[in-house]
Amino acid sequence: MDPMNYIVLAAIVFTIGAVGVLVRRNAIIVFMCVELMLNACNLAFVAFARMHGGIEGQVIAFFVMVVAAAEVVVGLAIIMQIFRTRRSASIDDANLLKN
Amino acid sequence: MNIVPLQTTAAAIGGGETATFYILGSIVVLAALGVVFSRRAVYSALMMAVVMIGLAVFYGINEAPFLMVVQIVVYTGAVLMLFLFVLMLVGVSSSDSLVETIRGHRLLTAVIALCFLVPLVSGLSSIVAGEPVGLSAGVAAAGGSIPWLASEIIYRYVIAFEATGALLITAVLGALVLAHAVRTKKKRTQKQMSMDRIRSGHPTPLPGPGTYARHNAIDMPALLPDGSVSELSINPVLAARNPEDQHGVPEDMRYSIGAIPESGGRPDAQASNGDEQREDESSWTR
Repeated sequence: MDPMNYIVLAAIVFTIGAVGVLVRRNAIIVFMCVELMLNACNLAFVAFARMHGGIEGQVIAFFVMVVAAAEVVVGLAIIMQIFRTRRSASIDDANLLKN
Repeated sequence: MNIVPLQTTAAAIGGGETATFYILGSIVVLAALGVVFSRRAVYSALMMAVVMIGLAVFYGINEAPFLMVVQIVVYTGAVLMLFLFVLMLVGVSSSDSLVETIRGHRLLTAVIALCFLVPLVSGLSSIVAGEPVGLSAGVAAAGGSIPWLASEIIYRYVIAFEATGALLITAVLGALVLAHAVRTKKKRTQKQMSMDRIRSGHPTPLPGPGTYARHNAIDMPALLPDGSVSELSINPVLAARNPEDQHGVPEDMRYSIGAIPESGGRPDAQASNGDEQREDESSWTR
């Protein structure tokens, strides 16, 4: 097996996550699909680190994880706030900035 | 400290890893599809857990033991639990409506996904990277995988690491500010509640349904000691539907839902002195 298969798997998972972001309208599921895309990128980084014998890929994957954790905290707080005021977690309903 | 590496040459990918890749890879892809296409948000979250644990195993195979542990602890443990927590707050049963708001939205999404996926996969799978270099040489030089990672983070990427710390502090503050809800009304104190109850004319608790009756279903009124019906024990919605309570309602409007009386607003004496309230228990069963 060629190590490029890991990259192909990462591409497939990334695409699935992108489809979820485009299709779903529940804000929490959209958020989970963003996490899916980030995880796919991490897999690619780790596989590249092994292919090239350097640790930099793992360092970058580590930073991606930290930033993703911070992003989840703030994003979920925003979703909670929108749900509290609009009684809905659908991303189609949040159109206060329109007009 | 000198750790003798197991393999100094390029680590070949064996048959065991190939089998693991194909089995676990198909599980991960199926679970990722489940995240996107399951109707209920909770199922999506559980599928996400499967994807994350599968990816953690892939990290372990790819000589990243630290990231494997971080993936399980931080992602599956903390982030996913946060997702589930917010799902419980927002409402577990909230499932998406599957009506398209934009015409051709799904079709366009499928086209975009195929346009993205097919060239990428065909291009990537035509590349032959050969045997991976592997990390064993660097791991042996640094005295372990985690010391190597740590030295890279602390020495070479120290600015990024400190920026990460600032980011985390900011995220905590942002979450605190966003999750904080300002109380719009003054909180009712216990003293105020007790004063309100005394002034309402009914200081004791309302009688439960069917207290002295033969059944204690919600539509069974409690009976007073003289055998009359206590209207305070009736669910106000059911009382509004009862034709006996609709004196002021025009004939053709009866049996429909009338005005719902205020709960606990009627004193009990009014209910027990009229003759029309003294009715058979069977008229309350529906």
